[in-house]
Amino acid sequence: MSLNGKACIVGAYEHPTRLAENLSVVRLHADVAKGALEDAGLTKNDIDGYFCAGDAPGLGATTMAEYLGLKLRHVDSTECGGSAPILHVAHAAEAIASGRCSIALITLAGRPRAQMMAAQAAAQEGRPGKSPLSLKPPDPDAPELAFELPYGPATQNLYALVAKRHMHEFGTTSEQLAWIKVAASHHAQHNVNAMLRNLVTVEEVVNSPMVSDPLHRLDCCVMSDGGGALIVARPEVARELSRKNGRPLVMVRGTGEAPKHGMGGQIDLTYSAAAFSGPVAFSEAGITPADIQYASLYDSFTITVLMQLEDLGFCKKGEGGKFVMDGNLISGVGKLPFNTDGGGLCNNHPANRGGVTKVIEAVRQLRGEAHPLVQVPNCTLALANGIGGALASRHTAGTLILERV
Amino acid sequence: MRKISAPRVLPESLPFWQAADEGRYLVKKCQRCGQVHHYPRDICPFCLSADTVWQDSPGTGVVYSFSTMGKDDAAYTMAYVTLDEGITVMTNLVNCDPQKVNIGQKVRVVFQPTEGGHAVPMFTPV
Repeated sequence: MSLNGKACIVGAYEHPTRLAENLSVVRLHADVAKGALEDAGLTKNDIDGYFCAGDAPGLGATTMAEYLGLKLRHVDSTECGGSAPILHVAHAAEAIASGRCSIALITLAGRPRAQMMAAQAAAQEGRPGKSPLSLKPPDPDAPELAFELPYGPATQNLYALVAKRHMHEFGTTSEQLAWIKVAASHHAQHNVNAMLRNLVTVEEVVNSPMVSDPLHRLDCCVMSDGGGALIVARPEVARELSRKNGRPLVMVRGTGEAPKHGMGGQIDLTYSAAAFSGPVAFSEAGITPADIQYASLYDSFTITVLMQLEDLGFCKKGEGGKFVMDGNLISGVGKLPFNTDGGGLCNNHPANRGGVTKVIEAVRQLRGEAHPLVQVPNCTLALANGIGGALASRHTAGTLILERV
Repeated sequence: MRKISAPRVLPESLPFWQAADEGRYLVKKCQRCGQVHHYPRDICPFCLSADTVWQDSPGTGVVYSFSTMGKDDAAYTMAYVTLDEGITVMTNLVNCDPQKVNIGQKVRVVFQPTEGGHAVPMFTPV
């Protein structure tokens, strides 16, 4: 079943906080749910489908339904890390198309930054603290665990391995990767909620401390608290809301999802799962990458963006380095404006998961509600892509193409 | 020195770790499709046959990619090494200056002790 035209995004909300010392995870989820409902002009009694991933506390969807007092006829807890909300939009469209629900709420939230600060304080006092970067404790039943954990896999080095190989295969340079951060900083300077609002230069990125070579500190995303929510609805509902609030429809046109893993040891780090999810989404939408006017690309690290640009077909494999140079990703300057909110690299990476903020900024662009200094003129086709998990070991990509109608 | 956590071993990979304690590197091969796979499992990921067997490996290969993280004594070098059998395995590069290592560097296995568990295979330049 094609999902093209089967659902619209009618609500989107990003939590303004970046440090939630006194807000619980469930409260953050509730805050963003309320924000998205208000944005859509709906009440909680309108919601009959709910979607969340592993960042929701307790029993996930059940716990959230209880906290928010939701009466649901459809739930989905698809968990694939940071790309989950992008899959949730597709799954919501699918559920709506098959009559399982009419108006679906998606939430993502977390407070890894506050947890990290608490853990650091605890460590200074000799007390144990919760590791903020792990999505959850290692599962002793995971079959790969014995063959990976002794070697110290961290998010940083599992992306660095990909960057190092890309440089080897294609001659990509640290300066080229740095352009991705530079572009994000150009956008973040206009976002009052962004964690990093300073403009940075290529030199500043490549001279920042090495984290895991070849990735520098400024090649990495921020760690932030907060979250975001989306509301996906039947087109009839969306049209009625649009008539009331005068906003354009934001229609789901294309969706794709796919995991990539160790392939029994046939490791090839030159591509990501977006090479699988992207063509499916473009095919469903009936458009090509050249038609996309704005792209939200998952930016856990600069290399993540580079891989998606190539794998989604915005440039040829191996030419991502050249593509991102000279401000080609900067709104108003380059050919492909990306992450105009500042992205995970500068703005926000709530719960160590960047998927929901990717969709939210795409919605802002299509509605014409991005910051005027980064708004893409007459933006009608936008893409949001997520990479959840780790680029060098196993991850799931989700691609979403949206159109303003 | 960085402490190496002991591998948490599932029954189906126990022979790998027992061999590692004896300084031998084993790979898993499928008798039905003939392919070697990693990480080793009972069921072949290529054809789902349960007819898989352990096979001794010389434990030699080349560096596919690597990255050093951490400072001073805590620094360690994560890597993927492509073994002669054609599988690429996650590992660490040890007993070397990673600044002098290149992708394609020939390496051989060395077994490193862990915190109260089986030895783990790592690789060093030859």
